[in-house]
Amino acid sequence: MGLPDTANTKENGTRRLPASGAWAKSAREDARARLAAVGMPVRRDEYWKYTRPDTLVADAAAPAAVFDHAGEVPLYDTIDRLKIVFVDGVFDAAASDPLELAGVEIERLEQAGQADIHWAKDVYGVLETRGQDPVLRQLATLNTAYAPDGVLIRVTGQAAKPVSLIYRHEDETSDAMLHHVIRLEPGADLTLLENGPSAARFNKVMEVDVGDGAAFHHVRAQGRDHERRAVTHVFARLGKESTFKSFTMTVNGRLTRNECVIEFTGDDAVAHVAGAAMGDGDFHHDDTVFVTHDAVNCESRQVFKKVLRNGATGVFQGKILVKAGAQKTDGYQKSQSLLLDDDAQFFAKPELEIYADDVACSHGSTSGAIDEEALFYLRSRGVPEILATDLLVLAFLADAIEEIENEEIADDITARLDAWLQRHRS
Amino acid sequence: MLKINNLQVKLEEEDKQILKGVDLEVPAGAVHAIMGPNGSGKSTLSYVLSGRDGYEVTGGGASLDGADLLELEPEERAAAGLFLAFQYPVEIPGVGNMTFLRTAVNAQRKARGEDEMSAAEFLKFIRAKAKDLKIDADMLKRPVNVGFSGGEKKRNEILQMAMLEPKMCILDETDSGLDVDAMKLVSEGVNALRDEGRSFLVITHYQRLLDHIKPDVVHIMAAGRIVKTGGPELALEVEHNGYADILAELA
Ligand SMILES: Nc1ncnc2c1ncn2[C@@H]1O[C@H](COP(=O)(O)OP(=O)(O)OP(=O)(O)O)[C@@H](O)[C@H]1O
Ligand SMILES: [Mg+2]
Repeated sequence: MGLPDTANTKENGTRRLPASGAWAKSAREDARARLAAVGMPVRRDEYWKYTRPDTLVADAAAPAAVFDHAGEVPLYDTIDRLKIVFVDGVFDAAASDPLELAGVEIERLEQAGQADIHWAKDVYGVLETRGQDPVLRQLATLNTAYAPDGVLIRVTGQAAKPVSLIYRHEDETSDAMLHHVIRLEPGADLTLLENGPSAARFNKVMEVDVGDGAAFHHVRAQGRDHERRAVTHVFARLGKESTFKSFTMTVNGRLTRNECVIEFTGDDAVAHVAGAAMGDGDFHHDDTVFVTHDAVNCESRQVFKKVLRNGATGVFQGKILVKAGAQKTDGYQKSQSLLLDDDAQFFAKPELEIYADDVACSHGSTSGAIDEEALFYLRSRGVPEILATDLLVLAFLADAIEEIENEEIADDITARLDAWLQRHRS
Repeated sequence: MLKINNLQVKLEEEDKQILKGVDLEVPAGAVHAIMGPNGSGKSTLSYVLSGRDGYEVTGGGASLDGADLLELEPEERAAAGLFLAFQYPVEIPGVGNMTFLRTAVNAQRKARGEDEMSAAEFLKFIRAKAKDLKIDADMLKRPVNVGFSGGEKKRNEILQMAMLEPKMCILDETDSGLDVDAMKLVSEGVNALRDEGRSFLVITHYQRLLDHIKPDVVHIMAAGRIVKTGGPELALEVEHNGYADILAELA
């Protein structure tokens, strides 16, 4: 265990499936076959119009310098949590806590994947497969086939504390894949924290099956390494009266594509996805979200904010699909960017597709500069221009950050965003 | 205190002269009022003095206690003691009123080389001032001016003035939108700040405010100039006869 090449799914340039027991073998072989049938995404694909897939699909990861945090206090430091550490995609037992937590069963895919029978069979690759229609997400299929490790979490009650996945990056050329499966049994409750860049190139899939009346809270921060690239997918299926809340902070990173695919299958459920991204210079950030309402009286809310400067690019592709019969759907989508100079760019493609008549759906996408009136008002009260600008940037991000329920975590995230602003003043 | 000397201002974007040579001097401790028809340039004067973008000074100047105001950034003017209560206070979603005020108070203190106020000190200070102006805790927590009624916005301006303790206060139509009781409250707030070291320039359309805040001198501004200066009786004259007589006198 722990050899560096565990994270590397290739041998002599060709990928090989990780050693698997029966359940994982069938899921992985199925994914490999599906992938062989459709191929990898290419630049002319409509779904990749604003983000070039080439570096994500290339055989090797482009190297990425390791970011020096120089003694900074780690994120979530004050939160009592169960830590699971991966270094360049390889589980680090010494740095991790024992995988034991009241109300929760935690296993690693690498080990559980050797078994012939496992509960994860009903979720692993299953939600990912459901998420392939109507738009292909081949990088997730690739992950289902080849990811050698990840965590399998089954939550049976109220988790005694948050589970915290920490992704360290130490090797400049690492190319990591992780696949997590989280199943919340009816009425269960889990907070999952994630942070860190993980690798020079990171492909991560997380499938979350939220049972009836269960609640899943997710906060992640993607790591400050400037040159890292990441493609991540979250596939969530929501049962009756369940709750799903996910917030992502992204600062720095050459390329990030975060896809989130949510499917309401039970009535009266709630899903909120939010993101705050800030980039300066060589930064490309893509939030691609697809919400399918296939149940009655569900609420979905998307709040994505991007602060861009100096040539940084932001992309938002968000769709709300309301199927026939999904009455009383409340779908809300907001994507906004704040362009701090003329070089930054933002592309937004908000879409609504509705086949039910009694629904309330709205979307708004804006892109603009700092509000000069507000800036002058603050300055006229003696607040220096730089400080006033920072205040307005954080104010812009506020309604995304508000989606984090835990106030201590929200404050921690806000402090990180503020610190980033202070480091990136013109 | 405030000296404005033949100030001429045009719009930066357009070839439109708005102030055509304003002369005005407000000594320390004095209260001066400016009245004048809509569009005569009163708000423009207050904006130019506080450093808003979009204007070009084409002649003349303005100073505060000898310091050339026009050379300073807006925040430096504030730190030097200038305060403008806006005719239209700006809404700032996402910035809490409290955070805003604490940032402003401490930024000014820092600029003047004073110690910053601790969170506890600040809280005590703001609670006392807010109480005087009947501003409730909820309004302090809400984002700056967002969802405030017209009158609440004006009271919030006076709260900021009370917190920042400037020496030169310009009030641009602070009375508009206020009900009778709020007008009294705001006037009391202003009067409480009257001090021999502090001056006021009160822009208004109505004599009513000047019943509460008694001016020493009243100026009439028309078409970008101060066209007449007198005592408090000038405001009464405007109240009764409008500007027609005054403007006719000049013609
Ligand atoms: N940014 C601008 N663009 C175009 N015109 C402007 C601008 N700012 C001021 N003006 C014009 O300058 C003139 C003076 O405006 P100002 O707001 O100073 O008047 P005022 O005396 O304060 O009027 P009121 O009593 O209605 O508040 C007006 O004709 C106004 O339309
Ligand atoms: Mg005006």
